[in-house]
Amino acid sequence: MGSSNGKKAVMAVTGAVMVLFLVLHMLGNLKIFFGRDSFNDYAHALRTLLEPLAPYRTVLTIVEIVLVASVVLHMWAAISLARRAGKARPVKYVAKKSQASGYTTHIMRFGGLTIALFVVWHLLDLTFGVVNPKGFDAAPADRMVAGFDPSRWWVTLIYVVAVVMVGLHLRHGVWSAFQTLGWVGRTRTRTLRLGAGLLSGVLVVGFLAPPLAITFGVVQ
Amino acid sequence: MNLTLRVWRQSGPSDDGRMVTYQVEDVSPDMSFLEMLDVLNERLILEGDDPIAFDHDCREGICGMCGMVINGVAHGEQRATTTCQLHMRHFEDGATITIEPWRAAPFPVVKDLVVDRSAFDRIIQAGGFVSVPAGSAPDAHSIPVRKEDADDAFDAATCIGCGACVAACPNGSASLFTAAKITHLSLLPQGQPERVSRAKAMVDQMDAEGFGGCTNTGECTAVCPKGIPLDTIAQMNSDYLKANGK
Ligand code: SF4
Ligand code: FES
Repeated sequence: MGSSNGKKAVMAVTGAVMVLFLVLHMLGNLKIFFGRDSFNDYAHALRTLLEPLAPYRTVLTIVEIVLVASVVLHMWAAISLARRAGKARPVKYVAKKSQASGYTTHIMRFGGLTIALFVVWHLLDLTFGVVNPKGFDAAPADRMVAGFDPSRWWVTLIYVVAVVMVGLHLRHGVWSAFQTLGWVGRTRTRTLRLGAGLLSGVLVVGFLAPPLAITFGVVQ
Repeated sequence: MNLTLRVWRQSGPSDDGRMVTYQVEDVSPDMSFLEMLDVLNERLILEGDDPIAFDHDCREGICGMCGMVINGVAHGEQRATTTCQLHMRHFEDGATITIEPWRAAPFPVVKDLVVDRSAFDRIIQAGGFVSVPAGSAPDAHSIPVRKEDADDAFDAATCIGCGACVAACPNGSASLFTAAKITHLSLLPQGQPERVSRAKAMVDQMDAEGFGGCTNTGECTAVCPKGIPLDTIAQMNSDYLKANGK
């Protein structure tokens, strides 16, 4: 795990865990289009999953632990790889021109940092309710609708920027994970790249639909 | 053609180095990039100056000795072309051309545009071989090889070890070079016995030399004079992970 290739594998696997979570998270968010009750029921169901076999919030807590571990490992690997890269090129070029197509590859580190900052805000807003007008005790749907109220258009704007950043991060990241794990054949590269683009696109649209719908009054 | 060159000059490994500007006149568009530098060097020698040091040998794109970063691109903007095969007709008359050495900590500058690439040799020594009795060449058809594998192995084997991939990589990674060498052997029957240990030994050596990690940017393939494809790196990763999984 200490080698550069090992760290890359760590990034790929933890990245995959987070992408999987994002897909489920996005599907859950879309429940808001079926009404506040549907969304609240879903939030409640997440906490009572496997009850009475396991106590309240067991599954959710396990998911949270896995996610935190993934985030920490992903960041650890990214930082140590970035430092290795910095050391490998101590003298910079006077002129340097990128030859590969696609700018997304060059904003991975910056994008990752932006996303990390956003996640902090996002948890304070909708998980802990600290920066949410309704606070922690309100029903999930109330928090969500109040959070993206037209008067708080700047919050929606933060979300738009962050989600687009996630999309760009994944456009390179998803394909890159396959490459890192050695699952890319000569013929599959194109398909995988297309798939990564498609998945990123779907996630961006799926994540932006609820906040935009609320801010523009489609969902009340 | 008349050109302005901004060239990296560094008298030795301990010198700080700097960009120096030169005017070169009457350059023929049919000259290669190296011939153009030869013309400048002849003048510098006549003027009692130190000629610009650069590596070269075959001058026909097959040995891998030449290489410099031209206007920010390793081997220049002409695709799939070594510096020695780059011709001046691709430049505009009156242009300013910036010339720098490969930049990577494992490739220290020896002088001017010459860098020490022995790190590549040590990666090869770590595992880029097959331990079979090497007598006279066997008959070509004595060991059957699938056509697709033979083609892919041959493509990977065309790597000339120039180091442009390292120079272009934003991480200073040697993954494309190492992957080309690993793929070339791991697709052929002769390479099978050491396939997994080879990948581990070569990747570990690459790390030990101080090259950066790969982030799949594809900058390497884009400048590679032999067009080594990025999926060789997937092949290397797969072999390497197998070595660590077992
Ligand atoms: S992979 Fe390409 S760029 Fe890298 S050393 Fe081999 S020939 Fe040169
Ligand atoms: S001098 Fe041999 S490849 Fe350029």
